[in-house]
Amino acid sequence: MSAGLDHLVIAPIVVPLATGALLLLIDERRHAAKAALSLASVLAQLAAAMALVRLADGAAALVYRLGDWPARFGIVLVADRLSAVMVLLSVVLALAALLFSIARWHRAGPRFHSLVQFLLMGLSGAFLTGDLFNLFVFFEVLLAASYGLALHGSGTARVRASLHYIAVNLTASLLFLIGASLIYSVAGTLNMADLAARAGAVAAGDRALLEAGAGLLAIAFLVKAGMWPLCFWLPETYGAASAPAGALFAILTKVGVYSVARVWLLVFGDAAGDSAGFGGAWLLAGGIVTLTYGLLGVLASREMSRLAGYSLLVSSGTLLAAIGSGQPGATAAALYYLVASTIGVSAFYLLIELVERAREPGADVLAVTAEVFGDIGDEAPEEEVGPAIPATMALLGLSFACCALLLAGLPPLPGFVGKFGLLAALLEPEPIPLTAWMLLVLLLVSGLAAIIAMGRAGVRVFWGPGERAIPRVLVIEIAPIVFLLALTGALTVQAGPAMRYLEAAAKSLHAPDGYVEAVLKAPR
Amino acid sequence: MNELVVALAIGVLAGSGTWLLLRPRTFQVVIGLSLLSYAVNLFIVAMGRLRVGAAPIVEAGAAADPAAFADPLPQALVLTAIVISFAMTALLLVVLLAARGYTGTDHVDGREPEE
Repeated sequence: MSAGLDHLVIAPIVVPLATGALLLLIDERRHAAKAALSLASVLAQLAAAMALVRLADGAAALVYRLGDWPARFGIVLVADRLSAVMVLLSVVLALAALLFSIARWHRAGPRFHSLVQFLLMGLSGAFLTGDLFNLFVFFEVLLAASYGLALHGSGTARVRASLHYIAVNLTASLLFLIGASLIYSVAGTLNMADLAARAGAVAAGDRALLEAGAGLLAIAFLVKAGMWPLCFWLPETYGAASAPAGALFAILTKVGVYSVARVWLLVFGDAAGDSAGFGGAWLLAGGIVTLTYGLLGVLASREMSRLAGYSLLVSSGTLLAAIGSGQPGATAAALYYLVASTIGVSAFYLLIELVERAREPGADVLAVTAEVFGDIGDEAPEEEVGPAIPATMALLGLSFACCALLLAGLPPLPGFVGKFGLLAALLEPEPIPLTAWMLLVLLLVSGLAAIIAMGRAGVRVFWGPGERAIPRVLVIEIAPIVFLLALTGALTVQAGPAMRYLEAAAKSLHAPDGYVEAVLKAPR
Repeated sequence: MNELVVALAIGVLAGSGTWLLLRPRTFQVVIGLSLLSYAVNLFIVAMGRLRVGAAPIVEAGAAADPAAFADPLPQALVLTAIVISFAMTALLLVVLLAARGYTGTDHVDGREPEE
């Protein structure tokens, strides 16, 4: 790598940090300037993330040593295929949410753009860091920003939901600290790669402490991932959040899943001696229960925002169970499913607001008043409503159908490819274990539940009796949804290369020798 | 003896923190979280092994025996943890006040339980 590219690994952290700080200095009333700066920064991050995805394909892991301290003493950032994909995914979601917010939401409260930037910084940091305590710090950064975003727009429901959200996550953070310090006291290191190298050599008497520490750490991660019974805060908080915030939050659960996959497969891989595979059965069982709970919730919810929240639980449960099953093939398919379902839920959160606008007369009145006072459309090109009105409903309906196909995992959208890959991987070992059968049935049933729930909600909104106001939808509001859905379409068309990439990512997750070696032997 | 005192302190703090965290009033929850974070901070320091009168920093130039020094890493960790938990408590207090203003009650669910 040339000198300039060396620093690419830290770009997804530094760029949002600098932009977020800069945005704080700009006057709150200069919406256009703030939005433009924020958007430019996200585009720059998008370019960096795409370059990172390409570069990460070459080596086992790109290592960036902060302060040029060697890995055992200093903190390292590590970009391998999985990290790069996750960074790219979060930036893509942020781009869509940001575009959507320009129509209206970014004026609903102070410092929206700074919060989005800091959230991005925390996300990228959590995905890229190679140090356990640094992971804690980035978790706090992204959580602090997410508290602000959950409260964005204010109101009783949001404040009440946020109160639970903050209390739950603060408690989880404390467990994270206990877990990390326990692990440090046993292994003498917080560097993940170093930890992986030493896990096998831990004395038999200390092994219980190491496992206890890892278990506490896992609880902290699984609260974020929303594993049952740690997930009751999720549907309410996400449902109460404003649409762009909800769309961004779709990736927050995946941070938990990512951390579990990364730390668990690294530390408790085959090299961990007696502890190898510690907790795998718990992950698998927890995933299965979460999946069940999520699909019941999907069937039971009337409001679409809750439906989206429970869909996130379904996707978390699927991912945790797939990772817990411990096969590289299942992990690869799960990663593909992760990308597809995250984009799907994110688009759905954005779509919900537009669809609900048709159902709630109040929202429309708001929109109209805002228009009278010239609050909307200063910079946003407005769609020609008038004779073209049916197209709005048709476009919304089409997007809704696409979201339903994505969440249910039906062809031709990539939810199907991910689920199919997962089913194929589960049926591979001989004989097929009972848990695999359970997971298999639940996967199929969860698809059915999603299509029933989405169908019911869709019929109520689009085919329901009675005259309803046609919502005013701006181009800038529908564009990010179409963009996200088109992206999933591209993911289906390019399923081959995408799957190959993710298979390589899964393989290096399950056999982390290359990762460990790259971190510990990084040249100065 | 030292170990016992530290262990008891952590235990008492964590126990009362957990109890308060499970109480229904928001202020109790905040105090509970504060107590828990004190317990965790003490725990982190304790995980670096307890040393009395040992410096964490090696003097320049001198050949050092690591066994004679305290582990500096948990001390650095605990500083970070203190700052973060302090900031988060402040944030939670603001949300608590906002919730009190919106719902008119200090119950964590935003409404008084029905008798």
